[in-house]
Amino acid sequence: MLEQIFQFLVTGITVGSIYALVGLGFALIYNASDVVNFAQGEFVMLGAMSAIALLAAGLPLPLAAIAATLLTALVGLLLERFAIEPAKGASVITTIIITIGAAIFLRGVASLLWGKNSLPLPAFSGNEPIQLGGATLLPQSLWVLGGTVVLVALIHAFLNRTLLGKALLACSVNRAAAQLVGINVQIMLRLAYGLSAGLGAVAGILVAPITFSSYEAGIMLGLKGFSAAIVGGIGNPMGAVAGGLLLGVLEALGAGLVSSGYKDAIAFMFVLMVLFFEPTGLFGHKVAERV
Amino acid sequence: MRLTGFFIFAASVALLPVLFPNNYFVTVVGIAAGLHVILAVGLNLLMGYAGQISLGHAAFFGMGAYASAILTTRFDWPGLLAMLAGLLVAGTIAWLLARPILRLRGHYLAMATLGFGIIIHVIMVQATHWTGGPDGLGEIPPLNLLGWTVDDDQQWYGVIAAAMLLSIWLSLNMIDSRIGRALRAVRGSEFAAQMMGIDATRAKTQIFVVSALFAAFAGSLFAHQQAFVSPDSFSLIISVELVTMVVLGGMASTFGAACGAIALTLLYEGLMVFEDYEMLIHGALLMAVMIFLPQGLFVGLSQGIRRGWTLIASRQDVQDARKAIQS
Repeated sequence: MLEQIFQFLVTGITVGSIYALVGLGFALIYNASDVVNFAQGEFVMLGAMSAIALLAAGLPLPLAAIAATLLTALVGLLLERFAIEPAKGASVITTIIITIGAAIFLRGVASLLWGKNSLPLPAFSGNEPIQLGGATLLPQSLWVLGGTVVLVALIHAFLNRTLLGKALLACSVNRAAAQLVGINVQIMLRLAYGLSAGLGAVAGILVAPITFSSYEAGIMLGLKGFSAAIVGGIGNPMGAVAGGLLLGVLEALGAGLVSSGYKDAIAFMFVLMVLFFEPTGLFGHKVAERV
Repeated sequence: MRLTGFFIFAASVALLPVLFPNNYFVTVVGIAAGLHVILAVGLNLLMGYAGQISLGHAAFFGMGAYASAILTTRFDWPGLLAMLAGLLVAGTIAWLLARPILRLRGHYLAMATLGFGIIIHVIMVQATHWTGGPDGLGEIPPLNLLGWTVDDDQQWYGVIAAAMLLSIWLSLNMIDSRIGRALRAVRGSEFAAQMMGIDATRAKTQIFVVSALFAAFAGSLFAHQQAFVSPDSFSLIISVELVTMVVLGGMASTFGAACGAIALTLLYEGLMVFEDYEMLIHGALLMAVMIFLPQGLFVGLSQGIRRGWTLIASRQDVQDARKAIQS
């Protein structure tokens, strides 16, 4: 029983890492622009699908992964430039619909380019399972975990140590004030979208060998990432990471101990409970509402 | 007169099958459009007038449909009674959910309603014993209205058109009632509304329940009309489509929502020809409308026409004035 629970934990942390990365992408965009980007999951899908396509076109795996990430980052930039910027100052509902529209559009593009089947990406370093204290672990899970740790550390350092990162944070605190001290807010917004899209793409590439990918693989991943961001407190990047891990573990435990069919329901039930009782998130700052 | 628009709309709905008898676009597409209008008008009460987004409205639509499907096939309940039961279930759940969920705002509310929709959808897929699981539930008997059985497309068109007109009429009246005015005040500023003595929570709860009832009503009709229900008809995508209808037509306008529902139904019908490009066009269109006509097609266009009209009228005035000066 204990071994089983350990196994669920391992699975949960692997899945949770992906949710954490997607949630981090949500938080970056939300911080910079107050927009919840419902196309975040599509970035994950685009990263995985374009890496698969580039690999099939003959590129070696590392190169395909890098090219796919840059390509997805470019899509993020374009999304900001051509869909979010023109609608500046729109209401919350309007921006939600715009990003939902973008998600459907990107899904449509992907299904045209790569068809509707699930496609695999080969594992980075073989499929020989590793035994770890009674639990089995795919080598790819280690890639996911390692990749997440590195990316989260990089983003954390970027936001807190570099001038560019601090400028991005400044935009999230007060856009007008940031503009006044000479930060080009427009560029910062594009940076946030590009960064967030690239982050999503990496998450997609890391997990594709385990879960495969298809044109609609982004829907659930995006929603879980959004949930992670909400559980963590929506404007808090590191909270989103914690929220993602928590959600992943809970989901794996729920799937293992209760019912695998109900795992999504369990995850969202948890999100609802958080929203009802701790609406600012488990790791968020308390904010007073302005009238 | 306040209801002029309504009577013109009602007359054209009644005339369509007379002008085009047995036309595919009138009976088949018309029935789908009518159901969508009921759903969109109900959702518009919540989104347009109370200013609350719901990305899980398909759940209430599904509750009505599954209540009718399960009660009529497994327990041999008469259709109308099953419909009432569906309304009761959806209304009760909405009422229980309203207080905690409507305390949330903006993105939080979007997430919560979305999560609720997914939970209900998962139950529809997983509770195979009751719902038939992903394969759905078939052989739902035709609706029997006090001895009259609705069974062909023409009759269904009539029933659904009547139901649609009823819901538009209800919506128009509700907006002009005390609760409608209270809601508009809440939407303007919840704080100010409360200072005026409006119980904002109560007003929002009531409209959430009403909007769920509209959806469950449409769901029951849908189940009988299709004679088959499956979870696919109540997924997240459907919730998004419903929101799109309301926003596309123009929020805070009953006819806007109705037009949005009809326009989108026709669009889906048209896009079927393009099969592979359907998603692409759908997504691009959504973005384009929201970027360029954020108040929606119906409201945006009618405002444009009005503005154009005043412009022409004012030019006329200027010309008249010039003539008066010259003479």
